[in-house]
Amino acid sequence: MGWFRRSPWVLHYNATSCNGCDTEVIVSLTPLYDLERFGIINTGNPKHADILLATGSVNEKSVQVLKNLYEQMPNPKVVVAVGICATSGCVFQDCYNVQGGVDKVLPVDVYVPGCAARPESIIDGVLKACDILEEKYAQRKKSSIGSQP
Amino acid sequence: MNSIYEAYQSLSILERMLAFLVLAPFVGGLLAGIDRKLSARLQGRYGPPVRQPFYDVLKLLRKERIVVNKFQDFNIVLLFFFTVFSGALFFAGANLLLTIFSLALAGTFFILGGFSVGSPYNHLGAERELIQMVSYEPMVILMAVGMYQVAGTFKVADLVLQQKPLILYLPGVFAGFLYILTIKFRKSPFDLSMSHHAHQEIVRGMTTEFSGPALALIEVTHWYENVLLLGMVYLFFGFNPWVALVVTVATFLFEIFIDMNYARVKWQLTLASSWLFTAVAGVSNIIVLNFMK
Repeated sequence: MGWFRRSPWVLHYNATSCNGCDTEVIVSLTPLYDLERFGIINTGNPKHADILLATGSVNEKSVQVLKNLYEQMPNPKVVVAVGICATSGCVFQDCYNVQGGVDKVLPVDVYVPGCAARPESIIDGVLKACDILEEKYAQRKKSSIGSQP
Repeated sequence: MNSIYEAYQSLSILERMLAFLVLAPFVGGLLAGIDRKLSARLQGRYGPPVRQPFYDVLKLLRKERIVVNKFQDFNIVLLFFFTVFSGALFFAGANLLLTIFSLALAGTFFILGGFSVGSPYNHLGAERELIQMVSYEPMVILMAVGMYQVAGTFKVADLVLQQKPLILYLPGVFAGFLYILTIKFRKSPFDLSMSHHAHQEIVRGMTTEFSGPALALIEVTHWYENVLLLGMVYLFFGFNPWVALVVTVATFLFEIFIDMNYARVKWQLTLASSWLFTAVAGVSNIIVLNFMK
């Protein structure tokens, strides 16, 4: 029925980003861009969230944290890699201290490029993630109905 | 004007309870939606659609249920049951004191739910909720006592049909009740345990470890509780239904206004100011009423 599209709750985690993309995520909540008119709430709690917004190109310590947060989120859930660092590592790709993007750690559904990613792109990415959420929910329902005796 | 009361009296007790059970979540959810929309507009934003709380609850019901132990969600079920029971009692016209005690029991189960999980955020939120309960319970009981002093009965059905306006005899009690209503509605400056607007105050406070259907149930319980609290405000002005309705709506808007204007205070100030206000406004009103008899 589209409830995930109307009420996606977002969890934002910074995995060694320079804070540029994080600032743009927070700015999306301010009156100029206003994410809340889509029903989006920036919750700090993985157990309440549907969408994980990950920024930064993930160092060793962030790997464990990202996995921890991802496992705590109830299904259906989506991961959005915000910024080019989270997408592929950008200029830090070959550095010894970073993994080179979030998709080396978690299954990413939406990539939002940009340095820093503009609020309009982030909002676009989150809305695309909502559609993917709907598909995942439909799949879970179908598979759970199919597996019933 | 009296036709509303005649229609109300024509329903049996069971029918009144059923009406509350069915209608209150819609009213409460709409109130919550209006709250968010109005708060957004006051902040210069557009805000979510007014039916957003319903979308939130419907989405939460579709999420996977993750629990840490088997006891935590049972607390929420009990919270829901006793809150709905209080509201049903109140709107059926039964004993006001029983309503208040049932509501306090519901709050206790909410706190137990907060303590039932090991997360420190939950524990902090539950401790703050305990302090909040200690802050507002004296005033709520004084309200029942004051109404008994004026009307000679605890029954809501008789209180609402009183010919003398309760507000004229209980101005201090009403002022005190308005003060602690901010705590019960979980609005700034007293939204210590789980804030609706500050989404990350101690990571969602008491509701940190609840997800999916349990969280949806907590939200719906708050809708029932809000309708019940506004009903208690209505009781002060029961002599004239239209005045009472206007004042009830004005109180709700007033709470939103206060929420937007004040920042959250520490628990010491919450407890001290609530008790001070209760003593000055509430107790003095009761004492004056005592001498007037």
